[in-house]
Amino acid sequence: MGLRVSGIALRRVVVVVVVVRFQLWENQAMATSSLAGSVFSSNTLRNPIGNVATMRKRLVRMRAPRAEFQLRPLPYELDALEPHMSKETLEFHWGKHHKAYVDNLNKQVEGTEAERQNLSELVLSAYNDGNPKAYFNNAGQIWNHEFFWSSMSPSGGGEPQGELLELISSNFVSYKEFAEQFKRAAGSQFGSGWVWLVLRKDGKLEILKTPNALTPIVWDHIPLLVVDVWEHAYYLDYHNQRPKYLSKFLDNLVSWQAVGERLAQAKAFVNYGEPVTSEL
Amino acid sequence: MAAALMQTGRRSLLTSTRLSAQRRAMATATLHTESLPDLDYDYGALEPAISGEIMKLHHQKHHQTYVTNFNKALEQMHSSNDPQTIVALQSAINFNGGGHVNHSIFWKNLAPISEGGGAPPQGSLSKAIDAQFGDLDKLIAKMNAAGAGVQGSGWVWLGLNKDLKRLEVQTTMNQDALSSKGLVPLLGIDVWEHAYYLQYKNVRPDYLKNIWKVVNWTDVAQRFEKA
Repeated sequence: MGLRVSGIALRRVVVVVVVVRFQLWENQAMATSSLAGSVFSSNTLRNPIGNVATMRKRLVRMRAPRAEFQLRPLPYELDALEPHMSKETLEFHWGKHHKAYVDNLNKQVEGTEAERQNLSELVLSAYNDGNPKAYFNNAGQIWNHEFFWSSMSPSGGGEPQGELLELISSNFVSYKEFAEQFKRAAGSQFGSGWVWLVLRKDGKLEILKTPNALTPIVWDHIPLLVVDVWEHAYYLDYHNQRPKYLSKFLDNLVSWQAVGERLAQAKAFVNYGEPVTSEL
Repeated sequence: MAAALMQTGRRSLLTSTRLSAQRRAMATATLHTESLPDLDYDYGALEPAISGEIMKLHHQKHHQTYVTNFNKALEQMHSSNDPQTIVALQSAINFNGGGHVNHSIFWKNLAPISEGGGAPPQGSLSKAIDAQFGDLDKLIAKMNAAGAGVQGSGWVWLGLNKDLKRLEVQTTMNQDALSSKGLVPLLGIDVWEHAYYLQYKNVRPDYLKNIWKVVNWTDVAQRFEKA
């Protein structure tokens, strides 16, 4: 009798140990994950044996593949863009706003077909040809913010070089003219939104502005660069002075390297010349 | 025949002279310009609900910019005789004019606690609120939920539907006028980030919770009775 009881108790202790070790591994593997937290609640510490059944259920659910959206880490430290974009701004913008979009999207798509799609697929299906579904706002905002963070760099700013400069000059007459148009678009975006440099499928560059969470991938454009003109992006550092923020963005933050890399990738999708057809 | 033609020609000449005189008069008529209204209270008077720093920026920078750009757009429209240009100016006029109208209402909708801010409504407005929403707390909860749910920039309003003779809670995007939803504006709460960000950061619900401490229900009631 004594042996049987200890056998059961031992199995339960083993499960607890397995869960704890899994939890520690997960914490190392993922930056933030509400999923990991949901398996091992504080209740488990207080009453590990009693909650084994619940934990087993959660483990089974965890083994099934789930595309839970994550708050992707920034490509640089929180203070890396100082003084042009403060640490405080990034703490709120990335740590609160962007994170809220991620948390809320996960809540919205949990248990639906949508939770198995990757982010770009989700944005396109949520856009629903201009009749957006409820989760479009969160999905679009996550996409836009990830693209925004990697459009900037601590060593960014200034003019592009080489092929990129040629492309900009041929589309906008000069880099200076491009910068003026880009800033004008930002100033005339009434309300919240984004200003983009996109590559169209016909090979031309275009400056576009989109309101709120909209992204030009829904129109089959290839984004090269974006700047966030929601007020939360610049208010702590520049108050109402959106034009000043735009100047700082172009002079000190924009990552032309990232733009160049995106352009190189985009060439696979854009027809840059007439196909050569043989004459019969 | 020639005489008739001459007569017609003379009449047309007279008419056209009159018309160009009219046009000249219009061109030199004083263009109406808007100006930034003063607040009825100091910038710091709404603290701690809304900080003085925010009130000053909101009034002197944001509202002033709407006024300036509204006047500019009006002037451009007035001096243009190209319909395409005039049509293209409409979004600037709506946005900046709407911003001016909305903020002018907003400043009056607020008052320091010492001057009645936060004191609950009385009389016919109070009865209408109870009849429509149950009680004041339920109205506040409804407006807070709607305000928190505005995605992007906009306003949450208590408006009067004159046709259906009832109060309604409604939201508008950017600086769209509430009249575009068929309602008379009684109380507007600005939920653009500039209205609260320096103090409340991303926590819009806290701003919405606190602003009721400085809502000037007397002004709201006056709008309700006048409508």
